[in-house]
Amino acid sequence: MGHSQLGATIVSATTAIDEAVRDGMTLMVGGFGLVGAPLTLIRALNASDRKDLTIISNNLGEPGKGLGETLRLGKVRRAIGSFFTSNPEVAEARDRGDLDVTLLPQGTLSEAMRAGGAGLGGFYTPTGVGTLLAEGKEVRELNGKRYVFQEPIRSDVALVRAHRADRLGNLVYYKTARNFNPMMATAADVVIAEVDAVVDVGQIDPEAVVTPHLFVDFLVIAEDTL
Amino acid sequence: MNEKELIASRAAALLQPGWVVNLGIGIPTLVTRFVDRNAFCFQTENGLLGVGPPPPADRVDPNLVDAGKRPVTEQPGAAFFDSATSFAMIRGGHVDAVILGALQVDECGRIANWAIPGEPVLGVGGAMDLMSGARNIIVVMTHTAKDGTPKLVRECTLPLTSLRPVTWVVTELATFAVDGNGLILRSCAPGVSKETILARTAARCRDGEGLDQT
Repeated sequence: MGHSQLGATIVSATTAIDEAVRDGMTLMVGGFGLVGAPLTLIRALNASDRKDLTIISNNLGEPGKGLGETLRLGKVRRAIGSFFTSNPEVAEARDRGDLDVTLLPQGTLSEAMRAGGAGLGGFYTPTGVGTLLAEGKEVRELNGKRYVFQEPIRSDVALVRAHRADRLGNLVYYKTARNFNPMMATAADVVIAEVDAVVDVGQIDPEAVVTPHLFVDFLVIAEDTL
Repeated sequence: MNEKELIASRAAALLQPGWVVNLGIGIPTLVTRFVDRNAFCFQTENGLLGVGPPPPADRVDPNLVDAGKRPVTEQPGAAFFDSATSFAMIRGGHVDAVILGALQVDECGRIANWAIPGEPVLGVGGAMDLMSGARNIIVVMTHTAKDGTPKLVRECTLPLTSLRPVTWVVTELATFAVDGNGLILRSCAPGVSKETILARTAARCRDGEGLDQT
């Protein structure tokens, strides 16, 4: 695993999950609902015996779909995200005591990933000051305005969804399926990108690259799509 | 025009041509029916500036949706971007207006729209970020709850979304502006008396100058 050679390794979804994910790990999983979620990798995760996972994702899919199925299988111990309302089973699991839920404003969540990937120690945001979501967090006044401190977020593994990759692992995205994926690709020890196609080096315009290849370890061809 | 369309049309009249506007879920999505789309630029926080109208059924792209996960199109000149960039636009004051719903508005113009005590508090989405950074905040909601309970209240009993007050509150009965001293009744909907509005409003509010029926 890791960065011993230049270029990303093309593997099956099953191999990627088997090699990268261990019980108890923290995983970032891309997507805004199911849009931009790495559905093939999630299916492989669901088929594996991995458990006790912390999932960082905007949502936990929909009931029985995507990460919603991961939840049903009892693999998720903790969820960090911004909007779990679209899957009522998240609240049910929390109420049973099976799931620990941490809610962050969507902009705070995405920026915390960016900070985690960029080597920053956190940031101060005006979002949420004085609300329930800022309780217990440091508040600082700067130039007459109050801000709440947010720590950076990182993970052991990121499962991201992009449109195309070249063999080095440069990524381009597709429309609103981009969402959280580019930040997640910077903020994990191991990054697995699920893509529609892998092209030869030189086939992606360098000006169009969104995620430069040094962030990406494994490439998986998408089999499941919306 | 039904009640929700009436609210949306009254909110649309507050938008100034050239603005970048973010629309929340529900009544706010109806606002596009009452504006010239080419005079505005719509932003959606899941990563698109230049949101176009919904496509015909045979042209739906499941990877091109708005924040309510409804299929949309992209306008000429549109741009896609990641979530961190989207919220840099929102928190950073680059979005001129957000139109969003609320469960309650207090008499300072602060809103509660994300959590109901006793029910699972499991979704906030971008509401708090939009409240902290949009230059103008327009709340659209029915004037009272289904059981007739006023939504404009002295103090919110539900958890606040932000300490920052909104700019406008638009209901099917009235439009209120908000300044440093609280709510100002700006206009009454056609055929609605000031007495009717005040009878259904628990928050204290002042009369605006030149109160008229519009």
